[in-house]
Amino acid sequence: MAHEHKLAIFRGRLKFKDNIQKIWGVLIFLSLVTLVEVILGIYKPSILMKPLISAFEPGLLGSTMNFLLSPFIYLKPLNLIFIVLTLVKAYYIAWDFMHLRDEKKGFRRAIVWIPVFLISYIVFILLTEGSYIFDIYHSGFVKWNF
Amino acid sequence: MDTTVTTGTAESVWSGGSKNKPLGASYGKMMMWFFIVSDALTFSGFIASYGFSRFKFADSWPIADEVFTHVPLFHGNYPMIYVAIMTFILIMSSVTMVLAVDAGHKLQKNRVVWYMFFTVIGGIIFLSSQAWEWATFIKGDFGAIETKGGRILQFVKADTGERAAIRDFATPLHEERVDHTNNKGVWFFGESTLPAYSVNEVVTGFKADSNILVRVENINEDGHKIVLTRDESLKRLAGSKYVVEGANLIHNEYGSRLFADFFFFITGFHGFHVFTGVLLNVIVFFNVIIGTYERRKHYEMVEKVGLYWHFVDLVWVFVFTFFYLV
Repeated sequence: MAHEHKLAIFRGRLKFKDNIQKIWGVLIFLSLVTLVEVILGIYKPSILMKPLISAFEPGLLGSTMNFLLSPFIYLKPLNLIFIVLTLVKAYYIAWDFMHLRDEKKGFRRAIVWIPVFLISYIVFILLTEGSYIFDIYHSGFVKWNF
Repeated sequence: MDTTVTTGTAESVWSGGSKNKPLGASYGKMMMWFFIVSDALTFSGFIASYGFSRFKFADSWPIADEVFTHVPLFHGNYPMIYVAIMTFILIMSSVTMVLAVDAGHKLQKNRVVWYMFFTVIGGIIFLSSQAWEWATFIKGDFGAIETKGGRILQFVKADTGERAAIRDFATPLHEERVDHTNNKGVWFFGESTLPAYSVNEVVTGFKADSNILVRVENINEDGHKIVLTRDESLKRLAGSKYVVEGANLIHNEYGSRLFADFFFFITGFHGFHVFTGVLLNVIVFFNVIIGTYERRKHYEMVEKVGLYWHFVDLVWVFVFTFFYLV
């Protein structure tokens, strides 16, 4: 990293005077996000506990829609909020604490896109498989709950 | 390779020379980043397989809010509070670390020393918190019955709906229970310490106290564990096999045993990383004190261990979400 830092966050909407101020600013932001998560986690508002839309009828169109909109069909909105907030926190830790914002574009992409691709892939595979086994347990003929 | 390249400009590109570095990062820092990438994949493997097991048992997975409810020195039910404090401690020590890196860029040795010191302290506090969390988890809370099929039956009070502890209603029967020894069986090597109450004592106590109901692992539409009626409870208790107190890799009073297994593996692997990070930070801390980087004229080493330390924080953000929140 060169010694100069990029001092603007939120796509340039918030500019800091120097690097130290930026660090404290990011800390305040991360703490606020954590606080929101903890409050939501303790109170669990009941409107956020049911998925937003129900699954479509299977079929070419329905199954495609089920796949494309799966975060809204199979996840509780509360959990979706938690995951998004986590990714937001991860972004600011990596970009500002780990100085990815100041690295060259090519280096940053090499670091970020490879894991993002591989992790999305393994998560997709394992969660699909997990819900398949859930269905087998749920509607199979073997009694396991004794 | 300096020797295989003929033109002067290309030479500095491939040896990471000072003028025209293709990625603008030194060899050491780049390797730290690529190590972090590979380590991130290891953690993702763990967390993704946790997701797999959780999807597999989607209707009977333990509810984290009911498992992690304790705060040191306080009695009562405080779900999530302590983990949130731990998260804050780790983010705080990340901040002191990045301040140390910043001070290193300006070659301010004393500030680097102090910030590194605070980072190490934060790491130690986090590690102790995790040790306490593990101890509480292993010791357990209320106790439960494990059935022949490996299901967990927990107990609640019928009037208030609160959890009932086995020690509060089990009837001591003063039965003799001889420890099994390995001269009695072919494959038997010994047994762990017995729980404080036998299955018989718990079932007798349950029959005597009409205010106790069985709670099973399954979750109803509202996301709560299903509480059985008195009759159903007695029927399920007929299949009792063990009394489970606390959690280990084989039995787990909180519900699915995979929950405890993943808890130990994921937070343990993360705790191991925190421990390593503290170790590296201590080494660099002493190097800063004796002036190694002052003589080197740059504090890049502080930045490299800093990257590792932030990575540990980054992983915790994900563990916090997927283990405690979601």
